[in-house]
Amino acid sequence: MLLGVLLLLLAVAGCALFAFKPAWFPAAITADALAYDRQFTWTLWIAGGIFVGAQILLAWTIIRARRRATASTTAGQRPLELTWLIATAALFITLSIVGSRGWAKSPERKPGEEVIEVYAHQFAWSFRYPGPDGRFGRTDLKLISDAGLNPIGIDSTDPRSTDDFVTASLRIPAQRDVLLVLHSRDVIHDFFVRELRTKQDIVPGMEIPLEIHVDTPGTYEIACAELCGLGHSQMHSVMIAMPPEDYDRWKLQPH
Amino acid sequence: METSASLERKSIGGRIFSTDHRTIARQYFFLALAAVLTGTALSLVMRFHLIYPQTPVTGDVMAPEYYLSLLTLHGTLMVFFVLTLAPLNAFGNLVLPEQLGAARMAFPRLNMLSFWVTLASFVILIASFFAVGGGPLSGWTAYPPLSAVGAIAGPGEGLGQTLWFASIGLFSLGSMLTAINFIATIVEERAESMPLMEMPLTCWNWFVTSILSVLSFPVLFAAGILILLDRLAGTSFFVPGGLMVNDQLITHSGGSPLLWQHLFWFFGHPEVYIAILPGMGIVSQLISNFSDKPVFGRRVMVWASIAIAFLGLLVWGHHMFISGLNPYSAIAFSLLTMTIGAPSAVKTFNWIGTAWNGALRLTTPMLFSLGFVSIFVTGGLSGLFLGQPQIDAYFHDTYFVVAHFHLIMGIAALFGIFAATFYWFPLLFGRMLDERLGKLHFYLTFIGAYATFLPMHFAGFAGNPRRYSDFTSFNFLAQVMPLQRWITYSAFFLAAVQLIFLWNLFVSMRRGEAAPPNPWQATTLEWPQGHKSDA
Repeated sequence: MLLGVLLLLLAVAGCALFAFKPAWFPAAITADALAYDRQFTWTLWIAGGIFVGAQILLAWTIIRARRRATASTTAGQRPLELTWLIATAALFITLSIVGSRGWAKSPERKPGEEVIEVYAHQFAWSFRYPGPDGRFGRTDLKLISDAGLNPIGIDSTDPRSTDDFVTASLRIPAQRDVLLVLHSRDVIHDFFVRELRTKQDIVPGMEIPLEIHVDTPGTYEIACAELCGLGHSQMHSVMIAMPPEDYDRWKLQPH
Repeated sequence: METSASLERKSIGGRIFSTDHRTIARQYFFLALAAVLTGTALSLVMRFHLIYPQTPVTGDVMAPEYYLSLLTLHGTLMVFFVLTLAPLNAFGNLVLPEQLGAARMAFPRLNMLSFWVTLASFVILIASFFAVGGGPLSGWTAYPPLSAVGAIAGPGEGLGQTLWFASIGLFSLGSMLTAINFIATIVEERAESMPLMEMPLTCWNWFVTSILSVLSFPVLFAAGILILLDRLAGTSFFVPGGLMVNDQLITHSGGSPLLWQHLFWFFGHPEVYIAILPGMGIVSQLISNFSDKPVFGRRVMVWASIAIAFLGLLVWGHHMFISGLNPYSAIAFSLLTMTIGAPSAVKTFNWIGTAWNGALRLTTPMLFSLGFVSIFVTGGLSGLFLGQPQIDAYFHDTYFVVAHFHLIMGIAALFGIFAATFYWFPLLFGRMLDERLGKLHFYLTFIGAYATFLPMHFAGFAGNPRRYSDFTSFNFLAQVMPLQRWITYSAFFLAAVQLIFLWNLFVSMRRGEAAPPNPWQATTLEWPQGHKSDA
C-alpha cells in the first residue's frame, strides 16, 4: 500500500520537476538546434506519458491487490500482449526514424563557407584561420612549441602559411556557413557547445568536419566532453559569433 | 538443503578452496559485497569533492587526477565486480543446479578456478589504484590513445593503467569460464523431466546471460591483450601515427582509436544486459510467487529475453554516435537500439500483468521486485532520448547519461540483487533476514535512489559534462551547483540507509530467525517441496 502511494508521488514528482526545471537547456542558436528542441519536446511528451502511465498502473496494481484473498489464475492473454508489442515497437521505431532525419547530411562544400581549423590538445584549444589567401599552410609536428607560440606546428617556410593565424578563442561570423575541421594531436577530445545542441569527438589521426550556421551573435562556452586526462574539466574556450561585418573587419586586422 | 550446522562442520580449507557451488556462491556474494562497499565509499568521496572542491578530503585538496582515478575504480568495481558477479555468479551458483533438478554444476573444479581467477583480478584492480605513478584514470571505458601510450599521457597512465588492463583481462577469463560452466550445466545436467521451455525464468535468464558472456567477454579479453601489446611491446593496434603527447613524438603508427571503441562496446553493450537479465529472471519469478499467480505470458518472457540479448549484440554503435563513426551507420544502430524498447516494454507489461489481480504478499523481496519494475521503466525511458543520434549528440557524456545508466543498470540491477538476497538468504546462511528492517531499508532506498538520480537528468539538460573533477572552470556550470548539491546530499542519504541493510545482514547471518524449509511457499526446486497443499 505504502509503495503504491510512493509510486503515485513519484509520478507527481516527475511532472513537478519539469514544471520547476531546476536546470535547463540554454537558448538554441542554429536552425538545427531549434529542430533538436522540437524533437526533444516530442520525445519528452511520449516518454513522460509512458512514465506517468506505467507508475500509476503499477501503483494501482498494488493498491487494489491488497484486498484480495485469492489470486486469479490468468497466465497470459495473447491478443493483449501482441497489441502491446506491436504498439510499442511501432512507436519506438517511428521515433528513431523521425529522430534520424536531421542527423546524417551529406557534407558538401558550400560557396563562401568559412573554413576554420580546430586543434585540441591536453588541455587547450587553438583555432587556425587561413588568412586572406584562403589557404592553410603546411604543419609539422616537430615544429610544435606551446612556449614559442606555435601550438599547431605551422611551417613558416610554406608561402601559404605566412598569412595563417592562430587564436585561443574561436571567432566565427554569425548568419554564415562555417566549416570547422577538427584535429587532435594527442588523445581524444570533444568539441561541445551547448547552444549548438551537438558535440563531436576529435580523434587523433582523423580530420572530422563539423558544419555550423549560427543565427544569433554572442559568446558561447566551448567545453571538452571526452575524458582526456587530468585537465579535462579545465579545457575551456569560447566561441564568439560576431555580426558578419564585424567579423570581416576583425579578420583583416593584423594577428 | 544445506543448513548452517552442516556449514560449520566443514574444515577451514574445505570452505576456502571449495568446489561446492553454494560455497562458491557465498564467496562471490562476499566479493561483490566488498566491491560494492568500496565502490560506494569512493562515490561519496567524489560527490563530496564535486560540491566542496576546495575542502581537503584525503589530507590535501584533491588533485584532479586523484578524482579521476576514484571515478575509474568506482566504475570498474561496480560494473564488473558488483553488477556482473552478484546476479549471475553468486545467485546463479546458489540455486541454478537445484532449480534444474541437478546435484551440482557441470564442472565443479572449473567453478572454483573461475572464482580464484576473479579474486586475483580484484586484487590486481585494487593494487592498480595504489600503483607508482597513480591509479588509472581513463574511466571504465579506457579509451586509447590516452590509455595506450603509457606514462607520458599523464598520471595514472603508467603501471596503474597496465595493471587495470591485466585485471580486466583476468576478469574476462573468469567470466568466460563461469559462463561455459553455466551453459554446460543447463544443457547437460538438467533433469530429464524438465524440457528447456519449462525451466524457471531465473534459469532461462542465466542461460541467456551466459551465452551473452561467452560471445562478448572474449572480445574484451582479446582487446585487452592487444592494448597491453600497444603499451608494452610497441605495437600500434589502437594508436595512430603522427601524435605528440606531452611534447613528445609518439613512435606508434597506423592504429585506430575507434577500433578499441568498437571492440570495447561490442563487449560493453551486452555487458549491460549481462548485468540486468538475471535481475529480470529473478523479478519475474518472485512477482509470480508473491502474487500467487503464474507468470503472465511465460513463453513471451523467454522470447523477450532472447530478443533483448540478440539485439543487444547489434547496438554497440549507439555508444559511438559522435565518435567520428560514419554518421549513416548511426541510423541503423539507432533503429536496432529503439527496437530493444519493444521486448523491454513487453517484459514490463507482463510483470504488471503477473501482479494484476494477484493476492499480493508484500514481503521485502516482493517490494524490491516491484521497485525494480518502477526503476526499470524510469531508467529505460531515458533510452528513448539517447537512442536517437541527434538527441544523443547533446546528451552524450553528460549527467543525463550518468542518470540513465545508474538507474537502468545500477539501481535496477541492485534492486534485483536485494530481492534475491532477501529471498535466498535462507539458502545462503540458513536463517531469515529481518523483515521489518528489510521493509524500512527498501522504502528508504527507493526514495533515496529516486532523489539522487531523477534530478541528475536535469544536470544533463543543462549540458553538464560527466567525468569533470570540478565544476569551477565554466560559467554555465554555476547554475547546476544547487542541483549538484542536492544530488550529493541524496547520495549520502542513500548510502547511509544501506547501513540498515548491513546491520540486518550481519546480525541475521549469526542470530537471525532459523529459516523454515520453504519460507516463501515457493514451487521451484531449490526449496523442498510438499509443503504447499496444492502443489
